[in-house]
Amino acid sequence: MSGPVRPVIGRDNAYFFEGTAKQELRIQSCNACGTLRHPPGPACLSCDAYDRGHVVARGEGTVYSFTVVHAPKLPGKELPLVVALLDLPEGVRMVAEVTGVPPDGEDGLRIGERLVVDWNVIDEELTLPIWRRP
Amino acid sequence: MSLSGKAAIVGIGATEFSKESGRSELQLSVEATRDALADAGLAPADVDGLTTFTMDTSSEIALARELGLGDLRFFSRINYGGGAACATIQQAAMAVATGVADVVVAYRGFNERSGQRFGQVQPWAAQQVNTNGIDNAWTYPLGLSTPAATVAMQARRYMHDYGVTSADFGAVAVADRRHAATNPAAFFYQKPITLEEHQASRTIADPLHLLDCCQESDGAVAIVVTSPERARDLPNPPVTIAAAAQGSAADQYVMTSYYRDEIGIPEMGVVAKDLWRQSGLTPADIDTAVLYDHFTPYVLMQLEELGFCGRGEAKDFVRDGAIELGGRLPVNTHGGQLGEAYLHGMNGIAEGVRQVRGTSVNQVAGAAHVLVTAGTGVPTSGLVLKVDR
Repeated sequence: MSGPVRPVIGRDNAYFFEGTAKQELRIQSCNACGTLRHPPGPACLSCDAYDRGHVVARGEGTVYSFTVVHAPKLPGKELPLVVALLDLPEGVRMVAEVTGVPPDGEDGLRIGERLVVDWNVIDEELTLPIWRRP
Repeated sequence: MSLSGKAAIVGIGATEFSKESGRSELQLSVEATRDALADAGLAPADVDGLTTFTMDTSSEIALARELGLGDLRFFSRINYGGGAACATIQQAAMAVATGVADVVVAYRGFNERSGQRFGQVQPWAAQQVNTNGIDNAWTYPLGLSTPAATVAMQARRYMHDYGVTSADFGAVAVADRRHAATNPAAFFYQKPITLEEHQASRTIADPLHLLDCCQESDGAVAIVVTSPERARDLPNPPVTIAAAAQGSAADQYVMTSYYRDEIGIPEMGVVAKDLWRQSGLTPADIDTAVLYDHFTPYVLMQLEELGFCGRGEAKDFVRDGAIELGGRLPVNTHGGQLGEAYLHGMNGIAEGVRQVRGTSVNQVAGAAHVLVTAGTGVPTSGLVLKVDR
């Protein structure tokens, strides 16, 4: 199989990948108390409700940390690959593949930098978020 | 009520550590178990309990068949990769302390270099139809899919928060390889490295260099646990299990606990708290430690979580050879998993036993209290071993 490792999709995370297919970056929200959560789960950590929906994120994030993968080879990716942890203004943190940023040097990624979401259409069934400089 | 002093380690055994064992994983575990039982002065017929990792490919009953064991009264497995190492000893100790079993062997055997290499991407981990598979849906498809890369993410933030440098991580690699250099069982026997060589080694996942990463190894280790009373009739000086603890913390994931306010390793703090409570000891009482070293940054973070120094102070603690033989806290005197071999932490327990017995090739004089930890970045475990008195 070519392409990236595909996600296991189940009842607790399907909304996210249904969102990426529509190029929406979704964050789980609690329909009872409004608390946002990522990664998601079936029970609200604030009010214990099982009634959940989602909001669409603004699509911005600030780099909390990052790595540049040089080895080993990764399915469906070109190396070196920049992967970051982003703090979203909505108050959640998310792992993010980053494109268009040099792997090192003066212009390399920095903690605290702001990135915006874009879309990596893998095929008809899978679209993944991919982040770049604004 | 406490587990402390209710069980002892009486035997350790291992195969050679290699890059290609040439035999099955089951055979490796059989060989290591026979070696451990011979060391203990016990026969296979004495064993009535077996425990291992959920990741081990050799079932307890398969091992029992090969050893010709009869009735087994206890068998169990611990989850979360290398985090299971010390917990297998905790399982054995709990079984012995409660009379559930008399003699329990903890084992781990794999062809982790010539077979399935943990350092490579393991798509099966992301395709499990369970909560671990769902958790990995947030990382693997985005290219964050190797242990090195997941640790690098944490290491970068740790460097940023506390002014730690790659050279500080290198102090761990240099110590490990110095110790391995005088350990004939180590893959890197007689092959020490310098800090310059660490810094010049190729980048795997920035900021991690090749020499920040443990080996991939083939081999097996087995450890025999029984009661302190029975231990006193056996040939080796008994090694008392002064404490054995597991730990997982709030918002825990496997290698990707990224969603806490600070992405540290609080699960090791959970282990530490219980080790000190059970043993009645403090970090100042520890003569030498075996700290799980699949990646060097986690050794620094463990020193802090275990209480050997304050938050962000490990970079200063490891300077000037402090964690090498002759230093204030010699760490990984067998060479660790960077230097001796990667046996999912079980070889570190064996080294802890040798230090208490006084038989390590890199013996710390008068070592009476030894700390051993299991895999970090995952739900984990730890032990305090001490001389039987």
